[in-house]
Amino acid sequence: MQTTQRDNEAWLADLNARGRIQQQALTDLGDALFRTLGRIRANWTYVDDSFLEDVVQETLMQILEKLEQFQGKSRFLTWATSIAIHIALSKLRRKQWQDISLEDITLNGDTTVVDNFMTGDEVEINRDQSIIIDRMHSLIDSELSDKQRTVLLAELKGLPQVRIADLLDSNRNAVYKMGHDARKKLKQALEDSGLGIEDINSAFSA
Amino acid sequence: MTLDKKQINGLMQLIGLTRDSEINCDQCLNLIAEFAERELAGKSFPESLEKVEHHLSICRECCEEYRLLIQALKTMDEDEPDPSPPRL
Ligand SMILES: [Zn+2]
Repeated sequence: MQTTQRDNEAWLADLNARGRIQQQALTDLGDALFRTLGRIRANWTYVDDSFLEDVVQETLMQILEKLEQFQGKSRFLTWATSIAIHIALSKLRRKQWQDISLEDITLNGDTTVVDNFMTGDEVEINRDQSIIIDRMHSLIDSELSDKQRTVLLAELKGLPQVRIADLLDSNRNAVYKMGHDARKKLKQALEDSGLGIEDINSAFSA
Repeated sequence: MTLDKKQINGLMQLIGLTRDSEINCDQCLNLIAEFAERELAGKSFPESLEKVEHHLSICRECCEEYRLLIQALKTMDEDEPDPSPPRL
């Protein structure tokens, strides 16, 4: 059956089958993903056919493992493509940041960061921003655990979660939770100190 | 190492957007296909997908994946049977 002729039920049936039927479905799905990734590869540097082939193979394996998670609320190919793009970008992010350590990112990454920021020569901050940043100065240091501070600063510096997770021997959901917990703590602490969310938004929305 | 003003602004905006309850990246990935198709079809989002919209405003990486998915979906409709040579 041609790729474009399968509906969601047919994809599920064929991929859940065994033998030749499943193999044909995997081949068709792999071809479709390869073509789609090929069309968006211009977004990525240093991506060749063998990279895309690796992504496709890993995607096919993951799809077989999580087939029961597909709820049929989108086209099957859309769901499969979302997984393929995630796998491709995770590989590229790991590669791009492979030589960076957490220490490179967060060295002196406590309140010194904000001190340096506030005395930087290219900085233009208005008075409202200055008050909030000043509070943040001590809150990052006093409210966050070491891991929360590390994750937050690493994220702000652009380190991808997948790489932070690798460096912390963790996973990206745990990293997201640490970053989320850090943001919640800082938000609460700012509010406790008399600065509400509206103040923050209006001061930094320019 | 210093945070520049853009990074400080980013932190403040993130704090402004922070909710007590947020979905994580894997939960976002599970919902992103449905979200993207609705977006392209101009359909409104049910409450269950509003969390995705919020996550995309917070999470740079999921947002990047989402943009590429939208780009890919726009090309997939051109994907007639076998217009290009099969891969190896
Ligand atoms: Zn995310």
